Amino acid sequence: MALLEVDRLRVEFPTRNGTLTAVDDVSFTVEEGEVLGLVGESGAGKSMTGAAIIGLIEPPGHIAGGEIRLDGGRIDALRGEALRKVRGKQIGAIFQDPLTSLNPLFTVGDQLVETIRTHLPLSVAEARRRAVDWLAEVGIPAPDKRIDQYPHQFSGGMRQRVVIALALCAEPRLIIADEPTTALDVSVQAQIIALLKKLCRERNAAVILVTHDMGVIAETADRVAVMYAGRLAEIGPVKQVLEKPNHPYTAGLMGSIPRIGPRPERLIQIAGSMPRLSDIPAGCAFNPRCTRVFADCHVHRPRLAASGDGAVACLHYEGARP
Amino acid sequence: MATLAARLRSFTAGDLFYSFRRSRTTVLATTVLALMMLGALLAPLVAPHDPFDIASLSLLDSELPPAWMEGSNPAYWLGTDTQARDVFSSILYGLRISLFVGAASVLLAAVLGVFLGLVGGYFGGLLDAVIMRVADVLLSFPAILVALLINGVLRGILPAGQQESAALIVLVLSIGLTNWVQYARTVRGSTLVERQREYVQAARTIGVGSLRIMRAHILPNVLGPVLVIATINLGMAVLTEATLSFLGVGMPATMPSLGTLIRVGNEYLFSGIWWVVIFPSATLAILVLAVNLLGDWLRDALNPKLR
Amino acid sequence: MPLFILRRVLQAVMVMLTVAFIAFLMFRFLGDPVNSIVSQDATQVEREQVRERLGLDDPLLVQYGRFVVDAARGDFGMSYRNARPVSALLAERFPATAELVLVAALMSLAIGIPFGIYTALRPRGVLSQALQIVSLIGISLPTFVTGILLILCFSVWLGWLPSFGRGEVVDIGWWSTGFLTASGLKALILPSFMLCIFQLTLIMRLVRAEMLEVMRTDYIKFARARGLKARAINFRHALKNTLIPVVTIFGLQLGGLIAFAIITETVFQWPGMGALFIQAVNFTDVPVMAAYLVLVSLIFVVINTSVDLLYNVIDPRLRTERKPATNAGI
Repeated sequence: MALLEVDRLRVEFPTRNGTLTAVDDVSFTVEEGEVLGLVGESGAGKSMTGAAIIGLIEPPGHIAGGEIRLDGGRIDALRGEALRKVRGKQIGAIFQDPLTSLNPLFTVGDQLVETIRTHLPLSVAEARRRAVDWLAEVGIPAPDKRIDQYPHQFSGGMRQRVVIALALCAEPRLIIADEPTTALDVSVQAQIIALLKKLCRERNAAVILVTHDMGVIAETADRVAVMYAGRLAEIGPVKQVLEKPNHPYTAGLMGSIPRIGPRPERLIQIAGSMPRLSDIPAGCAFNPRCTRVFADCHVHRPRLAASGDGAVACLHYEGARP
Repeated sequence: MATLAARLRSFTAGDLFYSFRRSRTTVLATTVLALMMLGALLAPLVAPHDPFDIASLSLLDSELPPAWMEGSNPAYWLGTDTQARDVFSSILYGLRISLFVGAASVLLAAVLGVFLGLVGGYFGGLLDAVIMRVADVLLSFPAILVALLINGVLRGILPAGQQESAALIVLVLSIGLTNWVQYARTVRGSTLVERQREYVQAARTIGVGSLRIMRAHILPNVLGPVLVIATINLGMAVLTEATLSFLGVGMPATMPSLGTLIRVGNEYLFSGIWWVVIFPSATLAILVLAVNLLGDWLRDALNPKLR
Repeated sequence: MPLFILRRVLQAVMVMLTVAFIAFLMFRFLGDPVNSIVSQDATQVEREQVRERLGLDDPLLVQYGRFVVDAARGDFGMSYRNARPVSALLAERFPATAELVLVAALMSLAIGIPFGIYTALRPRGVLSQALQIVSLIGISLPTFVTGILLILCFSVWLGWLPSFGRGEVVDIGWWSTGFLTASGLKALILPSFMLCIFQLTLIMRLVRAEMLEVMRTDYIKFARARGLKARAINFRHALKNTLIPVVTIFGLQLGGLIAFAIITETVFQWPGMGALFIQAVNFTDVPVMAAYLVLVSLIFVVINTSVDLLYNVIDPRLRTERKPATNAGI
C-alpha cells in the first residue's frame, strides 16, 4: 500500500461570480521514501493540492470531493485534535518564504523545542539537545550558540535550513515542500534542495516537491506529476516525463527549457497562457494552446490513461476517452 | 440652468452618488443631520416656545414631564425645566449654537491649517520646521487638554466681565486653534509633491508669483482631502464644544449650547427630572454619530487610503 | 543601545523645556503676577518692591531659567484663588487622579484584550457581533453623557453605587488611598468605568485588528503546519505579536486617560487634579494652570519614553538593530 493516496481530489472556492475549481479530479500516490515532483505554472493548482493534503486550505476554499488517505486512513475530513496530530508528526510542510515562516519574536530554539515537545515525549532539556542536533544536521555552524538567536539574525538560506529542521524535527513520514527555494538566492537554492533530499533519504521520508522549476525536478524527483488548470496532465517516472513526454503540454514545457548540449536548439514557447479558473474551455483544458488539437479535444475531457510507466490525460492516447 | 441640470445628472450618475445610495446608514445619517441643521437654522420659526423670553415663562409650567407621561402638558412635548422653559425649544436653540461653534471652528482650523501647510510645504526651510514642530507638540497632547489650555489663556486675556459675552468667540478660537494640525500636515504633504510637478516648475520658470502658483495650481489639488478631514473634524468639534460647555468653561447658561443644557440638567439629576438632561444628551449623541458616519463614508468613498 | 537611551532621554528633556517655556510665558504674561501678590490698595513703591523681589525686571532668559529651576524643585508659587502653594494643592489632589487613572487603565486592558482576542478568533459569534455594536455606541457617546447615564442608572434609579466623591479614604503618609475601604472601592467603580470605556473599545478593536492580521501571516500558517496546539498558536505565537502595537497605543493613550479624567472628575465631583485644573481655567488661576500643564506633560513624556524603551525589550528585531553591523539577513 502506498504511503499517501490522493484520490479524485477536488478543491473549490466559492466566489461572488460562481464557484471556482482550483483542483479538479486529481489522483496520484506517493510511496514511502519517494520524491514526487509536482509541477505546473502558477495557478495550476499544485500548491493548492499540497495545502489540501495538510488541511491548510484558506477558507472559503474547501475540499469538495475525493479522498486523501495516509496509510490507508482518510485524513481529508479530519478536524481539530485529530488533524493537529497528523500535522508535523505524520506530514511536515515547508513553505516558500523562509523570511516569513518563522515567528520573529521567538528564538529558533524556542520554536524547535516547542515543536519537538508537542509531538515527542521529551523533557525540555532533551528537546533542546535534539534541537541543537537538528541545527547541526541542517548545516548551521555553531548550533549551540545560534539556537538562542532570533530569526532576523539568520540569513535567508540559513533561515530556510531552520525551517527544514522545524518541518523534520518531529520525524514526519511525508514532507510537502512548496517552492522551498523560490525566495532564495540562486546560489543557495541547489544546496537547500540537496540538503532536503539527503535528510529525507536518510530518514526514509517521502517528499512532495511543489515547484515550477524543471531543473530541480530533474535533479531531485523520482516521479513527477504535471498539473495544468487544476487538472493532472501527466504523471510518470522523472526520466520518462522529461525525456519522452507524452502530453503535448509537458512536451511544450520541456521545449521551453534551455539545455546544455552540442547543438543549440531553438527554444520553443507555448503559445497563449493558462486560462483563468473562471473560464476553462470545455473538453481538454489545454485545447486552445495545443499544437495537436483535434475536434474531440473541444468535446471530451480526457481521463488519465496508462502510458509506459506513467499515465497521461490526452485524447491522443488509448483509454483517455471517457 | 442647463449646465446645472447636466452637472446634477452627472453627479447622480457618478460613483460617489452610487456609493452613497448603496449605504443605507449613510443615507439615514445624512437625513438626520439635514433635519437637525434645518431645525437649528430655523429655530426661531419652528421652536414652539421662546426659551429666552422670560415674560412668556410661567413657573406653574416648570418641571413638566414629556408629553406621554402623566401630569404633562401637551404644549411641551419633551417637558420643561426648572425655569419652565420648553426642553424641545431649548434643544433647537442649543443645537443652533453647537452647530455654529462646530462649523465656525472647523472653518477656522481648515483655513489656518491649509494656509500653514501651503506656506510650509512651498517655502520649506526654517518656517516649515517651526510650523511642523509646533504641530508635533500639539498632536502629542489630547485635543481636549489643548483646547482647555487655549480657553484658559484667552479668558485670561479678556477683561473680566466680558468673558460671558465673548464665550462664543473664545470657544471657536480654542477649538479651531487646536485642530488645524491635521489639515496642515495633509496639505503640506501634497504641496511637497505638487511643487515638484512639471507644470508648477514651468509656471515658476516663466515667472508666475509664488502666491499665484499656490492659489491656482496647488490649492485645487489639495482640497479633496481637506473636505474629508473637515467632515470628520466637525464631529470632533461639536463634541469638544459640548465638553467644554459641560465643564463650565464654554457657553454660559444664558446662551446655552447642548453641552450647557446637559450641564445644567445634570444638576437636577437627583430630583428625578431626567428629561432635562436625557433629551439634550440624546440629541448630542445622535448628532455626533450622524456626522461621524457621514465622515467615515466620505473618507472611504473619496479616498480609501486617507486614514 | 546606551546611545539610543541617551538620545531618547535628551529628546524628552527638550520637550519638557519647551513645555516649561509655554508655562513660563503664561505665568509671566497672563495677567500681572504682581497683582496677585500685593493688596489692591498697594502703593506704587510697594508694587515696585514686589517686582524687584520677583525679579520681573531681569532679562527674560534669566527669568525663564529661574522658572525652570523652581519648577524642577516643585515650586510653582501660590494659587491666585486658593492662596495656598500650588505644589501643596497638586500633591493633595494627585492620589485621587492617579488611582482613578490606574484603575481605568487596568480595566481597559483586563476587559479589552480578552474581548479583542475573542472577537478575532470567533468573528461570527453572537457575542462578537454584540461587542462590535456596543463598542460603536461606546465611542459615539460623548464620555460625559455616558457618565450621566451611569449615574442615572446605578445611583438614581438602582441606588447601588455612589455618584460623587471618593468615599472613605485612608491616609498613608501624604498619599490618600481609596483602595482600602469598601466605600472607597465602591466609589471607584462608576468613575473608572466611565473613564475606561473609550480606551477599552479602542484596545478591543486594536487587538482584534492586529490579531486578524497576525493570524494571516506565514509564520502562523507554518505553526499550524507543524501541528502546534491551537492554544499555543493563539495565545503564544499570535498574541505576542499582537500585543506589540497594543503596548505602544496603550502607552500613548495613558496620557489621554489623564486628560479625560478632567471630564470624569467633573461628572463625579472627584477631588482630583482635573477638577482643580477646570477650576483654574475658569478663574484664570495661572500658577495652577501652568503647574498642571508641566506635571501632566512630565507624566506624558515619562510614559512615552518608557514605552519606547519597553518596545525595545519586547521586540528582538529592534534590540539588535541598534548594534552596528550584525550578520542579520534582510
